[in-house]
Amino acid sequence: MKSKTLTKHAKVAGFIAYSLFLVLSFWMGFEPGKKIGLNLGYFSLEMLKILPFAFILIGLFEVWVKRETIEKHFGKKSGLRGHVGGILLAGTTVGGLYVAVPVAYSLYSKGADLGVIFTYIAASAICRVPMTIFEASFLGMKFSVIRLSVSIPLVILSSMLLGKYLTKRGYAIKEGE
Amino acid sequence: MYYLYVLLLIAMVISFLADRNKTYKAVRIGFKKFTRILPAFATMLILVSIILALVPDSLILHYLGKSNMSKGVVMATLFGSITLMPGFIAFPLCGILLQKGVTYTVISAFTTTLMMVGFVTFPIERKYFGAKVAAIRNALSLFIAVVVAVMTGVFFGEILR
Repeated sequence: MKSKTLTKHAKVAGFIAYSLFLVLSFWMGFEPGKKIGLNLGYFSLEMLKILPFAFILIGLFEVWVKRETIEKHFGKKSGLRGHVGGILLAGTTVGGLYVAVPVAYSLYSKGADLGVIFTYIAASAICRVPMTIFEASFLGMKFSVIRLSVSIPLVILSSMLLGKYLTKRGYAIKEGE
Repeated sequence: MYYLYVLLLIAMVISFLADRNKTYKAVRIGFKKFTRILPAFATMLILVSIILALVPDSLILHYLGKSNMSKGVVMATLFGSITLMPGFIAFPLCGILLQKGVTYTVISAFTTTLMMVGFVTFPIERKYFGAKVAAIRNALSLFIAVVVAVMTGVFFGEILR
């Protein structure tokens, strides 16, 4: 707890020092400092043009799409439909691997196919909708479309192979301690 | 960039017609997320403003630009694999780098490995899958990330032109 407040103080001190430095730089005409200030202004403006809108879009997604519904419909399907379900489910996952692995375990213990589990985990890294909204906002829709359309087939294919291989060898996921 | 506004506008109108309260709730959720990420965001912007003022653009372009693509991809892949950075920070940062002239290929190698390959998260995976399967999974992800980066380069006309 103590170190936490310490880093907080350090951050505030750093922020004040940074602001002072910028003010002094502009006042005294210190060129590198002015450049830093202009950088900050330019980047912040660019961000403000995108950030609030992207976040509202994410908010809409969270309000309208319920994870439970997808889980109910696709949770136990196998074959390609199972993999598609895994990807849809991953699209609604928030928080990356920390959340995805435990969810994957619970799906697995409810009887989901091993290959689908691997698809779900990989897809929860790359197909999360809120993150993709962010990506497309900053890097362009074309970038996201290429990334998704190249990676999804590869993810499904490699997960199917890995799942088949491991199932044949009698592999089982164990619960993390 | 305009399609973000267009998409949001369409989504808002549809959502508003379907359910007013849900729409208000969505906006509230959005702003809450926005304000929650703001401190981390300000930190990133401050650091980037300093680093990019100190590092000349020519140096960035030399390592991550068009002239030295394979080296750039290798560096981006390594960096993406070992760091852990939320997408909400990484994508805006990449947007800035893109404006500086860093190639889509390099950006793609970085973001895709950042998302898919995790040295830092390996211990969690190992607990559930065992070390061997976790390693296989990460190796496959690394491979997929490199393919994605190369294809990104092809589609953006940065590779094979």
